[in-house]
Amino acid sequence: MTALLEVEDLRVAYGKIEAVKGISFKVEAGQVVTLIGTNGAGKTTTLRTLSGLLKPSAGKIMFDGKPLTGVAAHKIVALGLAHSPEGRHIFPRLTIEENLQLGAFLRKDKEAIEKDIQRAYDLFPILGERRRQAAGTLSGGEQQMLAMGRALMSQPKLLMLDEPSMGLSPIMMQKIMSTIVELKSQGTTILLVEQNAQAALSLADHGHVMEVGNIVLSGTGQDLLHDESVRKAYLGED
Amino acid sequence: MNTLPQQLANGLLLGSMYGLIAIGYTMVYGIVQLINFAHGEIFMTGAFGALTVYLYILPDGTPMAAAVPLMLVGGAIVSVLIAVGAERFAYRPLRGAPRLAPLITAIGLSLALQEAVRNFYPNADKALAFPGLDTTHDIGSITIKDADIFLIVSAIICMSALAWFVRKSRTGRAMQATAQDPDTAQLMGIDTNRIIVIAFAIGGFFAAVAALAFGLKYGSIDYRMGFLMGLKAFTAAVLGGIGNIYGAMLGGVVLGIAETLASAYINNIPGMQQLGGQSWANVWAFVLLILVLLFRPQGLLGERVADRA
Repeated sequence: MTALLEVEDLRVAYGKIEAVKGISFKVEAGQVVTLIGTNGAGKTTTLRTLSGLLKPSAGKIMFDGKPLTGVAAHKIVALGLAHSPEGRHIFPRLTIEENLQLGAFLRKDKEAIEKDIQRAYDLFPILGERRRQAAGTLSGGEQQMLAMGRALMSQPKLLMLDEPSMGLSPIMMQKIMSTIVELKSQGTTILLVEQNAQAALSLADHGHVMEVGNIVLSGTGQDLLHDESVRKAYLGED
Repeated sequence: MNTLPQQLANGLLLGSMYGLIAIGYTMVYGIVQLINFAHGEIFMTGAFGALTVYLYILPDGTPMAAAVPLMLVGGAIVSVLIAVGAERFAYRPLRGAPRLAPLITAIGLSLALQEAVRNFYPNADKALAFPGLDTTHDIGSITIKDADIFLIVSAIICMSALAWFVRKSRTGRAMQATAQDPDTAQLMGIDTNRIIVIAFAIGGFFAAVAALAFGLKYGSIDYRMGFLMGLKAFTAAVLGGIGNIYGAMLGGVVLGIAETLASAYINNIPGMQQLGGQSWANVWAFVLLILVLLFRPQGLLGERVADRA
């Protein structure tokens, strides 16, 4: 059986500077896979390339049996790949409900969309309470919930989350992480990019450690969590 | 004739024309942060498109009631094609380039369109007569022409349709999303290139409506008419808050009324006798622009820049 997402020798460059230098990894359906690493390791670049916002300079991306390289970003969503971007990027002057509706922009099944909006409100009750409020007025954590809810609205086969815990309070971060666990238990396949290695590895099936554009270490979440070099470099232990 | 209600009506009419043109500036700016300085010429070519239908396509003696809708179609085709063509071939290749590049391109395109019309349209090196709608009506103390009725009715219809479209339609929602965050809009499955083309097309259509109204009202058009009208409409867009469609219309009306009242009444102020009259209208319009830029740079209805984060 082939994996849902297969990335092979992917290279991405900004001008002459190569940010991703030939990485390969897979995401099997039902798994949570995480990319961890410091700022500038190429994690966000990798996700932006997968969703078509950046063009790879070389390499192959196969998603659900189809090549993604050269496909326009707005067409990739239709294939079942949703991307909740770094920094949340909700539409600030639209309401929460309008943001969620935009997540379902390509869907035509009005009734099912309504149900999914309700599901997002069940997952994040605060969003339901404020559904008519401009999204820009939400706190950072609430915006993160909205960004995740919005990404789920496309009914993705693979959900990509870029730094969902960035800039959040510890309580809000826990809430977001437990939501990821909940989504995982419902069978959602997730590719998670995080700087918070501890949190990401403890819930991931597989993890890959990125350093300056390369994957330097791979393993199961638990293996990496207990790996000495990972503990030293990313979990702040001596 | 020179009563205050008449002056207000004149200002409102002029302002509606500014507002219609200003939509083109503000929608394009709202989505791609480009000041399309060729938009005045898109307006001008719309007038020539309408005149072409009248002179060369319609049989002589066609009643104006039948001619006007067809002239609108002709003007709209020309303006929309030029607006969309400018986006596709002049601005799109420069997306991502430093902002100065598309700005210079816009100015170049503006001159190219003026010269093209002057050189290739028959007799366009001078002003050309445009069929007028000059029948007048008295409403209380106000006298207006058929052309004015055409202008105000079409402005109201266009603006209401646009407001509905942007707020309620699926494409309008996609347009708002693209204006607020183009990359993320793509992640929602929105074809942002298509949205940009639609914004240019709507701007072109509104400019063509204004151009037809201009011709019908003033009875004459020329290849330079887009320069001053474009500049005024741009002022209206900035005045109302660039990027905001309601602001464009409000800015147009405020500018039109301010300009009209200033040229009618400012010479009644002691010591300012020589500053009144039509020849000073442009001065007052641009003084207003400078004041707005100094004291309320985001415009009357402009959003705070911080919201864009």
